[in-house]
Amino acid sequence: MNPVSRNASRREVLGLAAAASVLGLTGCGLSGKNALGPSKGKGTIVVGSADFVESQIIAEIYTAALQNAGHKAESQPAIGAREAYIGAVKQGSVSVVPDYSGNLLQYFDKSATESTAEDIMSALAKVVPKGLQVLEPSPAEDKDALVVTKDVAKKYGLESLEDLGKVCSDLKLAGPPEFQERAYGLPGLEAKYGCVPAKFSPINDSGGPLTVKALLDDQVQVADIFTTTPAIEKNDLVVLEDPKNNFLAQQAIALIRKDQVPQAAQDVINKVSKTLTTQDLIRLNDRVSGDEKASTVQAAKDWVSDKGL
Amino acid sequence: MNVVEQTWNWFTDPASWGGSGGIWIRLAEHLGYTGMVLGISVVVAVPIGLWLGHTRRGGNVVIGLTGALRSLPTLGLLTLFALWIGIGLTAPVLALVILAVAPLLANAYAGVAAVDPAVVDAARAQGMKEWQILFTVEIPNAVPVLFGGIRNAALQIVATVTVMAYIDLGGLGRFLIDGLAVRDYSRMVASMLLAAVLALALDGILALVQRMLTSPGLVKEES
Repeated sequence: MNPVSRNASRREVLGLAAAASVLGLTGCGLSGKNALGPSKGKGTIVVGSADFVESQIIAEIYTAALQNAGHKAESQPAIGAREAYIGAVKQGSVSVVPDYSGNLLQYFDKSATESTAEDIMSALAKVVPKGLQVLEPSPAEDKDALVVTKDVAKKYGLESLEDLGKVCSDLKLAGPPEFQERAYGLPGLEAKYGCVPAKFSPINDSGGPLTVKALLDDQVQVADIFTTTPAIEKNDLVVLEDPKNNFLAQQAIALIRKDQVPQAAQDVINKVSKTLTTQDLIRLNDRVSGDEKASTVQAAKDWVSDKGL
Repeated sequence: MNVVEQTWNWFTDPASWGGSGGIWIRLAEHLGYTGMVLGISVVVAVPIGLWLGHTRRGGNVVIGLTGALRSLPTLGLLTLFALWIGIGLTAPVLALVILAVAPLLANAYAGVAAVDPAVVDAARAQGMKEWQILFTVEIPNAVPVLFGGIRNAALQIVATVTVMAYIDLGGLGRFLIDGLAVRDYSRMVASMLLAAVLALALDGILALVQRMLTSPGLVKEES
């Protein structure tokens, strides 16, 4: 039906629910600031973000790095879904937002078919609206991936989705409900890797704890979760390679408004992007969403000072 | 094309009805889950409620407990239980039983406790044993209230069984959750319509059963 962004839509749904509940409880935004009425002075770079944790962390990283480099910058986290935060950039109340390359391309061009990191970046440069610009992509990537436990990987000799294709009919696969219908989901697995799992178990928590639990309990042997999920590292899960690019590349990337972000500031953000890795995102997510419950600001500041940015 | 038209098209498409993920199967699953949860809940809650009502003790406890149970969000419980015991039928059934136990317990208690003490004493004075009083005097008198609890619980269950689709189970919630996941609002509307029709039908059937089970003496008294 609607071929828009893959993990975006899941997150939008989660984000909307979370935002709605918070609004219901406190009558104000997640940050306690008014997300729609910026208080910025002249020349301040306002860094917005989507309303899920990782986006907020990256936004705080941009903000902290910009401030350390002597720019006036402030963050405006958790603006909302993609429509909302890109609207804010277009309208000029926000100067920078972090996003993911594949999703962003799909947002600007619904018919885009590019799937590799390079193709997506060159296509993206052409479709970004006038006055906006994407900066350099980061090696850090948050995309859907099929993961298995180490035992299952060993038992079936699994390293990539091509290996999975050969034994797929013996295995059960868990993922979010949309995985059943979206192009990158079951249809893509069958077309690209000849993989039709024995059973598909829809679990509606976006590759969250229930999905991971089903995998660890061996109720399913393969699960679709995001590459920056801390559970991958914690449980030693094996992320299967995707040589035929079934899953769109999703590099972390900054979308900026050219007239509000001077070249020197762009250089700072580019340096951040160059330094940030998927591993870093896993650890940052874990600090914020795991047992530590660090604030996004604190986690971001620590990372920036660790990296000397 | 608006959502109403899309929903109509979805209903009139034969592919929506047949097959392993079709409406008929989902309806059957939905009813099956509802029956199972209602059955377990009645077995758990009604005897306790009846006994407490018969002894006229623990009223405060029952009221407090059922009030507290009602406030527990079923989806939250489902997630919590599924994290403990894994995905499968047990976790959502447990969560739904907790939902349904509250009205059953409260009404079973209230139904028996509200029977005129003079009637109960008369039975006792005739030498009836306590279990005879409960089964031949109190329960028949309590049927309207007791059954009200069953209907209430059944309605809540049939509406809430949709949460089972949050994990890998069936029922009408599948259309709701899968539809939301791919922004197919027509499927979501269809799922809600089906659940509402099912709830009304179920309540109608239970109303008939209630009328059959209620003692004629009580009906006359009411009318």
